Amino acid sequence: MNGSSGISNPPSRTLISAVNLSKLYPVSEGWFRRDRSFIHAVDGVSFDLARGETLGLVGESGCGKTTTGRMLVRLTEPTDGQVLFNNESGDLEDIAHLKGAPLKNFRRRAQMVFQDPYESMNPRRTIFDTVAEPLHVQKIGDHSERFERVSETLSMVGLTPPSSFLFRFPHELSGGQRQRAAIARALVMNPSFVVADEPTSMLDISIRTGIMQLMGELADQLGISYLYITHDLAVARYMCSRIAVMYLGKIVEMGETEEVLRNPVHPYTKALLSAVPVPDPGADREPVTIKGSVSVPVDPLPRCRFYDRCPIADDFCRDNDHPPLEDKGAGRLAACHKA
Amino acid sequence: MSTVNTQHAAPTGLWRARLRLASQSLRESWQLFARTRIGIIGLTIIGLYALLALAHPILMNTVWEPRTYDPVVGYAFDETQQPAPPSLKHLLGTDPLGRDILSQLMFSARSEFLLGLLAATVTVVIGTAVGAIAAYFGGWVDTLLMRLADIMIMMPAISVLIVLSALIGVEHFELALIIGILSGFGATGVVLKSQALSVVVKPYIDAARAAGGGHFHIILIHIVPNLLPLSFLYMMFTVTSAIFSEAVLSFLGLLDVRMSWGLMIHTTESAGYLLQVTDFWWLIFPASLSITLLCSAFYLVGRSLDEVVNPRLRSR
Ligand SMILES: Nc1ncnc2c1ncn2[C@@H]1O[C@H](COP(=O)(O)OP(=O)(O)O)[C@@H](O)[C@H]1O
Ligand SMILES: [Mg+2]
Repeated sequence: MNGSSGISNPPSRTLISAVNLSKLYPVSEGWFRRDRSFIHAVDGVSFDLARGETLGLVGESGCGKTTTGRMLVRLTEPTDGQVLFNNESGDLEDIAHLKGAPLKNFRRRAQMVFQDPYESMNPRRTIFDTVAEPLHVQKIGDHSERFERVSETLSMVGLTPPSSFLFRFPHELSGGQRQRAAIARALVMNPSFVVADEPTSMLDISIRTGIMQLMGELADQLGISYLYITHDLAVARYMCSRIAVMYLGKIVEMGETEEVLRNPVHPYTKALLSAVPVPDPGADREPVTIKGSVSVPVDPLPRCRFYDRCPIADDFCRDNDHPPLEDKGAGRLAACHKA
Repeated sequence: MSTVNTQHAAPTGLWRARLRLASQSLRESWQLFARTRIGIIGLTIIGLYALLALAHPILMNTVWEPRTYDPVVGYAFDETQQPAPPSLKHLLGTDPLGRDILSQLMFSARSEFLLGLLAATVTVVIGTAVGAIAAYFGGWVDTLLMRLADIMIMMPAISVLIVLSALIGVEHFELALIIGILSGFGATGVVLKSQALSVVVKPYIDAARAAGGGHFHIILIHIVPNLLPLSFLYMMFTVTSAIFSEAVLSFLGLLDVRMSWGLMIHTTESAGYLLQVTDFWWLIFPASLSITLLCSAFYLVGRSLDEVVNPRLRSR
């Protein structure tokens, strides 16, 4: 699997890379329909994530961010494409269709923090049970070692002293505390890669910054790479060195965060930015609105996905396939015929 | 580090926390349950019959002489004519074969409880497994289990039991198994599956999967515990249907049981007293009233638990 074409970083630096990832969901229209329709939730997405790097995945709701993240940690099996993961021996291994013991082993390295801290923990289990679950199912350590490890991890995420959280139930914690416990669960096995799916969007504005700060510190301290999913450019600016902007299952622009925000190339990114200034990340802002709304990509026509809402589109954009993600200079990638 | 000395407290702390949750939810459930009068009525009736069932062996070992009072082979030598009406020695009279009705009633209560409990347990074990597995795996596993459920639901339980008892000898134990299988793979499984469907989409299931948890772990640790309240509710309804089916089959003389409430009515019928209710009321009423009362009692408890388990019904 070494040296695949989608990799721009040298293999040793690349931790995980998506190569032409796609996920189609059939639209169920009865059993006997032959010509089934598909939602193209994610459609040929490629990117690399270096060790210790945080890549932001931004875009409006429904554009396929969660699906992309889930494929990278193999909660969703891709319809097409590869997920290359740099395993312990330093080889890039395609985990897209892994099964059994190798998959279970991969799960020690790649974890996910979910959006909703109220639903991501079983209400019948204590915080200890929840945070220790990965150790338990992976058979890591005996009971007292697990106890030690869970306590350490809880202190690490700021739930101190751990003894006053270990034997509580999720409903006895605040939203922020729960999200910290969820982060502890994701980190307890020392993963090298974590997908964070809008981890602060369901929280009170007042505590968002605290959680983001924590995640940033932990990344530096433990050398974790995040795929940080957010619909909020300000959050992306705060958390991520690079961002990828998604629209209807496609990455339309990707590059250094500051570069992209200062000088967007793709009309969609421009629209996102003009719709809102990008102030400090703790502020609560209305979601972005652009002319028209995000449609559901059911059997999309072979033309630019942004055509219907694009201010600069012309006949060429209508008659030609969706543009590839190309280098537009200075390491900036964008998918636009006009830019 | 403080964690070092708390280390040994881990299991104790964990169990204390689990106990605390259990006792807390039990207390809350009880408060909700106690608010519904029907539940308390049902529980009282069940309690009374449980006392009767427990008292029987004690009475047989103390004041009731087995030769006279044995529910199956006893004979009331002290009565000149059988069936004898209620008297001080035989509070509910005797049956056409000279056996003490109260003794039969109390003796049968125990087997009704055992039958109901076993049928309910089998139902719930199968139903919970079917519901959790169908909801979790989906696909062809789900389709297969649900088609099987359709078959179970379509088959009228009583006629199946009549055929089976004609083919093989059916006693209480077999009866409980058959009822448990029919309802566990049938209606109860379907209901528990619909509940399980709301559990399998929770992000904590994804989190468990991302941790590396296998199917068995996820079903056992995350899905089944969230089905238990509803399972418990359906146990109550199964007890009702088990006791009722037993009564019908015994009355038709199709069960190989030594004594039961249905059999008491059967005995009355085969001796030709069934249509003389006014003259021989003690032959009919105690048994049929018991069947009705105990069936209703479990049904009432079930209805009341329904309000505890289903928040939507908890309007008042
Ligand atoms: N399990 C699924 N089955 C069918 N459609 C899905 C499923 N998951 C996501 N989708 C569809 O895929 C698209 C992308 O969803 P998602 O990845 O959740 O977007 P985002 O996280 O950016 O809001 C949406 O149109 C959504 O309806
Ligand atoms: Mg999402």
